[in-house]
Amino acid sequence: MNNFQYARATDVADAIRLLAADLGAKLIAGGTNLIDLMKENVERPSRLIDISRLPLRNVEETADGSLRIGALVPNSDLAYHPLIEQRYPLLASAILAGASAQLRNMASVGGNLMQRTRCPYFYDTATPCNKRNPGSGCSAMDGLNRNHAILGTSAACIATNPSDMSVALAALGALVHIAGPSGERTIALTDFHRLPGNTPHVDTNLGTGEIITAIELPPHGFAQNYSYLKIRDRMSYAFALVSVAAALELEGNAISGARVAVGGVAHKPWRSLEAETALRGQAATPDHFSHAADLLLQGATSRSHNGFKVELARRAIVRTLAQAANATPQSQAHKKIA
Amino acid sequence: MNAYIGTPTSRVDGRAKVTGAAKYAGEFPAGGLVHGFVVEATIPCGRIATIDASETLKVKGVLDVLTHANRPPLADKDEAWKDEVAPEGSPFRPLYDDKIKFNGQPIALVIAEDWESAKFAATLVRVEYEQQGFATDLEGERSKAAEKDRPHKPRGDAAAALARADVRHEADYVIPTEHHNPMELYATTAIWESDGKLTIYDKTQGVQNVHKFLCTVFDKKPDDIRVVSPYVGGAFGSGLRPQYQVVLATLGALALKRSVRVVLTRQQMYGLGYRPMTIERVGLGAKSDGTLDAVTHEAIAVTSRYEDFARNDTGWAEQLYSSPNSRFSHKLVHLDVSTPCDMRAPGAASGVCALECAMDELSVALKLDPIELRLKCYSDRDQSENLPYTSKQLHECYARGAEAFGWSRRSPAPRSMRDGKELVGWGMATGVWEALQMPVAVRIVLTSNGHAEVSCAASDIGTGTYTIVAQVAADALGLPIENISVRLADSTLPQAPVEGGSWMAASSAHAVLAAAEEVRKELLGLAGKMPGSPLAGAELADTALIDGSIARADDNSRAVTIADAMRHGGVERIEKEKLNQFAEDKKHARNTHSAVFAEVRVDEELGIIRVTRIVSAVAAGRILNTKTGRSQIMGGVVWGIGMALHEETVMDHRFGRIMNANIAEYHIPVNADVHDIDVIFVDEADAHINKLGVKGLGEIGIVGVPASIANAVYHATGKRIRRFPITLDKVLD
Repeated sequence: MNNFQYARATDVADAIRLLAADLGAKLIAGGTNLIDLMKENVERPSRLIDISRLPLRNVEETADGSLRIGALVPNSDLAYHPLIEQRYPLLASAILAGASAQLRNMASVGGNLMQRTRCPYFYDTATPCNKRNPGSGCSAMDGLNRNHAILGTSAACIATNPSDMSVALAALGALVHIAGPSGERTIALTDFHRLPGNTPHVDTNLGTGEIITAIELPPHGFAQNYSYLKIRDRMSYAFALVSVAAALELEGNAISGARVAVGGVAHKPWRSLEAETALRGQAATPDHFSHAADLLLQGATSRSHNGFKVELARRAIVRTLAQAANATPQSQAHKKIA
Repeated sequence: MNAYIGTPTSRVDGRAKVTGAAKYAGEFPAGGLVHGFVVEATIPCGRIATIDASETLKVKGVLDVLTHANRPPLADKDEAWKDEVAPEGSPFRPLYDDKIKFNGQPIALVIAEDWESAKFAATLVRVEYEQQGFATDLEGERSKAAEKDRPHKPRGDAAAALARADVRHEADYVIPTEHHNPMELYATTAIWESDGKLTIYDKTQGVQNVHKFLCTVFDKKPDDIRVVSPYVGGAFGSGLRPQYQVVLATLGALALKRSVRVVLTRQQMYGLGYRPMTIERVGLGAKSDGTLDAVTHEAIAVTSRYEDFARNDTGWAEQLYSSPNSRFSHKLVHLDVSTPCDMRAPGAASGVCALECAMDELSVALKLDPIELRLKCYSDRDQSENLPYTSKQLHECYARGAEAFGWSRRSPAPRSMRDGKELVGWGMATGVWEALQMPVAVRIVLTSNGHAEVSCAASDIGTGTYTIVAQVAADALGLPIENISVRLADSTLPQAPVEGGSWMAASSAHAVLAAAEEVRKELLGLAGKMPGSPLAGAELADTALIDGSIARADDNSRAVTIADAMRHGGVERIEKEKLNQFAEDKKHARNTHSAVFAEVRVDEELGIIRVTRIVSAVAAGRILNTKTGRSQIMGGVVWGIGMALHEETVMDHRFGRIMNANIAEYHIPVNADVHDIDVIFVDEADAHINKLGVKGLGEIGIVGVPASIANAVYHATGKRIRRFPITLDKVLD
C-alpha cells in the first residue's frame, strides 16, 4: 500500500473538483474493493476522496414510476429495501448472491459498478497484465484462465467483470446518472462498462472527474417472473463462473417480454437483443430457452481452461429462464440450486 | 475417579478466547515496540543482484531495512538450523545469502515505527535479480521422481500377483498442493528485555522446538531466550517447524536492540509450508471371491530443492487390508518451491484418499458392496510387522456408521438414486491414523487451599489441550476443575515435544497422571504421620485423591483432607514434576480407525455437487472429552469436504508463482457447503496402549472423508473423477 493524501468531499461538486484536480485521485465509499487492491499495490492512488458522507443515500420514486437509487446506498440496504423486494426482486436476489453479509453492508451501489476484475494476474504485480500495466501483455491468455471471459474478449484481455448486481441491473434496463465537470448526464448501464478492446485498463465510460450519483430503475420490475442464478465453485462467497439474470413477461405460457443478462462471461454484463427478441411471442419452453441461449452465446470463444463455461452458460441460461417462467426464482438463502 | 474424564466438559479457555482476553503472538504489547514488514522474492530461482533500500529508508518512521547484506550474524551450519522435526536436507535460512530458492521467499525486513509505514516503505525496496531456469510443475517433471522411502518392506511378489489377478484395478489419483490457512496469521513479537534477553511470543506448535532452534541459529545460551505461545489460532501442522517470521523478528530485535513484531499477511503465508501435491498410483489385485492378492501403492510428491520432505502416503493398506503381496514406494521430485510440511493427517489424508477410491473402484469391478469388500479383506494384524493391534474396532465403525447412515437402503447401481433434479450418491471410505505417544513432563503445584497449577511446555493449538489437562488433573487430584489452573506453551515449563501427530492428548494426560501420583505420594507421607491416621500403613497403590482428600481406594471414608495433611506436615505447597515415558511395546500395532459415509446430491446439468450428509464413526480408544473430541472430528470432516470439492493451491508454472494466495480465491467450504455431520465414537476399550486407553483424535477426522465423497460422486453420476478437487467442470466434462 502506498502513502496517499486523504480528502473528504463536502458535496458532489467538491468531489468533482477534487477528482478533476488530481488525475491520480480515486473516490472511496465502502472501499471493499479499492482497499483490497491498494493492499496489493494494484491501485496506488495519490489521493483518496472520501464521498461516503455525501447525501446520496436515498431511494425514491420519480414521477414516471421509476426508482432512483442514490449511489451511496449500501448494497444490503438496497437488497432489503421494501420497494426493491416488492418491485425489483431480481435485483435484490442478485445483490444477495454476491460477497458476504459484511461486505454487502459496506459496499455502495456506485462502488459495486466500479469493482474491478478478479483476474489473478491483475492482482499480482509480479506478472504482466494489460489491464494493470498497459502494454505489458496478458498472462491469462495462455495461463490460468479457467474463470475468464468467453464473450467480447480481445487480444489484449480476457478478464471478466465480477459484479452480480450489475447483471441484474443490465437485465432491468437500469440507467446510470453521472455528474462531472461539464454537468450531468445519464447512460444506460449496458453502456457503462466497456469491452476490453485495445484499452483493457479502462473499465467504464466514466470520464475524467465524473462521479456516479444514482442508478435509475425503469418502472417495470418483472416482479412476477424472474430469477438470478449464480454458478460458482462453492455454494456461497465465491465469484461467479457463470451467472444469469432472467426476467420474463408472460401471457399465459407465451412470452411477451424477455430480458436476459449473463455474468461471469465477459468484461461486462452480457445481453443480446437478438436473443430477447427471439423469445418474444414464443411459448416458455426449454426449446425456446435453448435457442435464446444459443443466440446469447453466439461467437463465444474459449481458451485452454475455460471451455466448459460455454456449455455451462448455455445450460444456466436455460435453467434460469425456466425458473423465471415457473415463478420459482433461485433462492439465495438455501443451500441448494433449484 | 472419573468426574471429568470422558465427559463433554466445555473448554476451560473458551471464555478467554471469545472475550478477547486470550492473547495471541501478534498481540503482546511492549514498550517502544516497532514493526517489521517482509519483502518477498518475485522469482522462483536465481540470486539477488542488487537490493536498494535507499528510497525505503527515506520514509518517515522507517528505522532499518535488514537484508542478507547487513543482518546480524546467523549460524552457518545446517545443524544449527535443524529443528526437532526438520526433514533431511539443508534447512531454509531467511536473509542468509543472495540465493533465491522459491517465489515468495523473504529477502528483506523493513522495520518502522508503525506497521503501515513499514508496509508502504516495503514497496519501495528495489530488487534486481539474476534469474535462473526453474521448474515447479510436478506433472511436467514426473520422470525425475526418485525413490525416497519405502514405508514398509515389500511382501511377496506384488507385481506378479497383480499381473495374475482375477480382477485388477490400477489408477493414478492426483491430490493438489493445499495450504493450511489457519485463522490466525503467523506472527512473532520479539521483546527486548532490559537485560538484553529476549522474550519471544511466537505462533508455533512447539515452544521448546523454537527455543532450541533460536538458541542455535543465534548462538545464544538457553537462558537468553524464552519462547511463549499461550494461544494458537489454528496451525494444523504449519507451526510444527519454526517459521521464518520468528527468525526475522529476532534478527530485528538484535539489530535494533528493541522489541520488534512481525506479522505475515495472508498472502505471505502461502510462502510457508503446504500439503505437497502428490500423484498416487494404486494397484489392487483381487481374486474373484473378493479377497486381495496384491496391493501396490506408489506416491510421487513434490519437495523443495533443499529438503526431502516425505511422509507415509502409501503404506496404509498394511494396516487395513489383508493381502499376501504388497509393495509401497514414496518418490520425490525436487522443484523450485519451498519445502512442504505436515498438514493434518500428513501422508494419510492424501494416500488413504487414493487407496479408498481405488477400493471403491475394485468393489465396483467385483460387484461387491464397498463395505463387504472391506470386511472380506479386513486385517486383524498390522501386516508389515505382523503384529496384533492394541485395539481395533474398525468393524464396529463400519457397522455403527452404516446403521446411522442407512447404508442398507443404498441401491448399488450408479445413477440409480435420484431426488428431483439431483442425482443422489452414497459413498463410504475407511480412515486410519497412528496412535502415537511421546515423553512429556508435567509440574503440579498443589497448595493447601486445594488449588493446583498444572504446567507443561506443550501447546494448545486450539484442539483443547488446556481442557483435557485440567480434566485429567482434576480427576487425578480429586479436585473440582475450577480449582485447576493450567499453564502451557512456555519454553521454561517442563518438557514437551511439538503438538502434532495426534499424540498430545495421550502424552499430556499420562504426564499429568504421573505428576499427580508424585503429589499423592507426598500427601500420603504427610497424612500417614498424623496421629491416629486412617491412612497409617497404607500403600500408595491403595490410595486415591477424592473430593479434596487422600483416601483409601477401597474405603473412601478412611480419608484425610488435603488441607489437614498439609497443615499437619507444615507444608504450604507441594510441587512435583514428572517426566512420563511410555513403556515400549513391540508386541502391538497402534492405530485409530474410522468409517466415513457420505451422501452427495449432484445437479448433473450444472455440475453442482452438494455434500448433504456425512456420518463419521471413529474408534480411537477412550475419548477424554466428548465435546471437544466431537468438534475435532467435525472440523476434520469439513476440511475433508474442502479437500474433496474445493481446496487447491494453483500455480502458474511459467512464473513459478502461486496465483490464488488468498482465501477469496483459495476455496475452503463455507457454511452453505456444510450440511448434516454426525459423529459417532465407537466404544473401544484398550488395555494395552496406555493406562487411560487414549489414542488421540487430531488427524483421524479428515482421513477417509475426501474418498467417501469422491465415491459418492461416482455412485451418483457414474463418473470417476480421480483428480482432486472435484470441481463442477470435471463433473460436466
